Amino acid sequence: MKLRLKFSKQGYVKFVGHLDGMRYFQKAIRRAGLPARYSEGFSPHMIMSFAAPLGVGLESRGEYMDIELTEESTLSSAEMKEQLNAVMAEGYAIESVKELPDTAKNAMSIVAAADYRIFLHPDAVDSWEDFYSSFASFCEQPSICITKTSKKSEREVDIRPLIYQSRLEPTTRSIFLQLSTGSANNLKPDLVLEAFTKQTGIALPPFSFHVERLEVYGFEDKEMTRWKPLEAFGSDF
Amino acid sequence: MRKLALSDEILMSIQQPARYIGGEINSVEKDLNQVDIKFAFCFPDVYEIGMSHLGIQILYDMLNQKENVACERVYSPWMDLDAIMREKKIPLFTLESQTPVKNFDFLGITIQYEMCYTNILQILDLSQIPLHANERGEEDPIVIGGGPCAYNPEPLAEFFDLFYIGEGETVYFDLLDAYRLNKERGGSRKEFLEMAAEIPGIYVPAFYDVAYKEDGTIASFTPNNSHAKPSIVKQLVMNMDETYYPDKPLVPFLKVTQDRVVLEIQRGCIRGCRFCQAGMVYRPVRERSVEYLKEQAKKMLAATGQEEISLSSLSSSDYTKLEELVNFLLEECGTKKVNISLPSLRIDAFSLDVMSKIQDVKKSSLTFAPEAGSQRLRDVINKGLTEEEILAGAAEAFRGGWNKVKLYFMLGLPTETVEDMEGIAELSNKIAALYYDEVPKEKRNGRCLITASSSFFVPKPFTPFQWAKMCTKEEFLERAYIVKNKVIHMLNHKSLKYNWHEADVTVLEGVLARGDRKVASVIEAAYRNGALYDSWSDSFHNEYWMKAFEDCGVDIAFYTTRERSLDEIFPWDFIDAGVSKDFLKREWKQAMAGVVTPNCRERCSGCGAMKFGGGVCFEVKA
Repeated sequence: MKLRLKFSKQGYVKFVGHLDGMRYFQKAIRRAGLPARYSEGFSPHMIMSFAAPLGVGLESRGEYMDIELTEESTLSSAEMKEQLNAVMAEGYAIESVKELPDTAKNAMSIVAAADYRIFLHPDAVDSWEDFYSSFASFCEQPSICITKTSKKSEREVDIRPLIYQSRLEPTTRSIFLQLSTGSANNLKPDLVLEAFTKQTGIALPPFSFHVERLEVYGFEDKEMTRWKPLEAFGSDF
Repeated sequence: MRKLALSDEILMSIQQPARYIGGEINSVEKDLNQVDIKFAFCFPDVYEIGMSHLGIQILYDMLNQKENVACERVYSPWMDLDAIMREKKIPLFTLESQTPVKNFDFLGITIQYEMCYTNILQILDLSQIPLHANERGEEDPIVIGGGPCAYNPEPLAEFFDLFYIGEGETVYFDLLDAYRLNKERGGSRKEFLEMAAEIPGIYVPAFYDVAYKEDGTIASFTPNNSHAKPSIVKQLVMNMDETYYPDKPLVPFLKVTQDRVVLEIQRGCIRGCRFCQAGMVYRPVRERSVEYLKEQAKKMLAATGQEEISLSSLSSSDYTKLEELVNFLLEECGTKKVNISLPSLRIDAFSLDVMSKIQDVKKSSLTFAPEAGSQRLRDVINKGLTEEEILAGAAEAFRGGWNKVKLYFMLGLPTETVEDMEGIAELSNKIAALYYDEVPKEKRNGRCLITASSSFFVPKPFTPFQWAKMCTKEEFLERAYIVKNKVIHMLNHKSLKYNWHEADVTVLEGVLARGDRKVASVIEAAYRNGALYDSWSDSFHNEYWMKAFEDCGVDIAFYTTRERSLDEIFPWDFIDAGVSKDFLKREWKQAMAGVVTPNCRERCSGCGAMKFGGGVCFEVKA
């Protein structure tokens, strides 16, 4: 039985790194007593894959992992969610448990996009009016070229096509972004802010904002044109 | 949700911020305003090391079982955070409530090895607690030390208010009750220390005066306070089934060194190796019942979700119900996909059979600890492992498919000769040759690899070798070169590898292990010079220490290479660890005569530990 778990990561556990987070969930699933499937061999490992790694320091309301059970569950989705939440550390919470069709691809391989909200601290900028109008016109440009430096090379990349949506939300002093995510074209929200400050000269001091991931989407079709939230690929049981 | 002591900005600028956030599974968070006693428990090393320590897990669980006590943890901030905390004057905080350690009633520090002594000063310093006990006021926490190094607390005496000699499960609640009582009636710090001094196992260094002879050795060690006992008897648990052991150990977020459930099967060791302090001070051997251990294993695995369980003891093969326990674990863990790790097992048919079930033979290696290269020297140190036993075990293992063997030795042991040193290479070569004899070519999984490692011998208090002369750094290295040179001339040298330990650190360990109160100034000076995390080779700076010795006018040789007479008063003689000084003297003489002493199950040697009234001393002999 293939399962997709959606979870949130809030508060101090945002400092728990990706690999440590995986080990945390492997132990949590064992504490919850779910009959998870393991790899073969002398040191069996729980079969588990995360959709998209979340950087240290980021919070999230929409993280995903896929696991497998060795037998059909006698619990309902809701009961399993409750059983898991009973063994969570403060800050981690299971948001939904869905059963995937046997033929479903794993979350990691279909990741398309992710939603983010960037919260700016009250004294992050001098003039909010200037900031909002500059950010709006920044996003309206036909192209936004940045230089991506890796260990070996420097290359020019246009990140504009990777910004699917952007929206200012002044009442909460925040910016909503939907960005291309996944192995092919991964755009991180801090890179967008970096490009913005470089281009406009509006400085955002370090730690004057914090980022929360809200949702991760997966491609519905082979052509990779449509996407939906990863939990929508499964169903309640 | 708790507010962290450190800002996001700080946490994002340091390595492994999860070291400092607390909130792990099974951690206990109490309202500090609702308890009588706040106890901060510290392991003075980085989180990943400290969290791997069983003792703190036991005492953390035990103290938190009491409703009116809150026990919280604190570990050494890594050097990156250390610099930030000093610069920003951030007081060291506990993980659970994230509140300053200085607001606690007690700061308990477990002292597991000598090279953490500068980290202890860092803990006090960052906590903003005066380093010296005599500078502390009514508002400062009572600083208490325990653990194996407390068996010679003297080099640290001026930094601690109290030392707890022995196993923590026994008199902590008496100590806390005395504290509460004293607080209730408005008593002073000194009055509490006087009450504490009367509790068995508790040592208050300020209540004793040491007088020295002209040659620097101790002339007398006497109480200066009527509440202080002339001798401190170590405390130990006698019923290992009716004591404290956590059902729900902490589960760290980070991958720590000991990332598994630890099942302590027994305390003490029957073997009586003459270099081994643990084997002497944890006497007598006390086993936990196999029923208790089975139950405990199930509970801990369920409460943690850990994927591995490890047995812990000084010599697991001597546990009388080992087979039953291991077979139970194999069954229980097999179905639950839990890995089993079995350190300190004697290599024989049984252990090889078990190991072949739990690990990949091709990838794993077997470990022997002959400790010395020749039978003569193994008799001197009373290591009851013969060459025949090693070769028989290795042959069995090679036939079973193993081809990697690790061998542990010590260099610089009393009476050691060139033949003994070269014996390390010869024994390694014999084992390699055995592989090529035992395993036909077509069945070999490549060449065998015999890795011999040697550490340098440090004489420890409460061992028969406490009188021994230690080598100088140069002598140690010379001996390592003799072994290395012999190894490369062996027939099978391509299958042999030889490593040796750092010699500078060993010399310091030697000074601190058998040091007296005069050494305290050196520790402090080294710390002021910048010494910290001395047990980590990357951060160890010998020059900080050498300068400290020079500036303090303390002579290293006095503590290391000096010959000690049998009637010398040692700094730790006021502690009664069970084994008598007469027994240790007898053993020292037996060692010099190369005579082996039988283990506790073969014959009682009258070490003195029988007075505790239990354990192996009272086992019905089969």
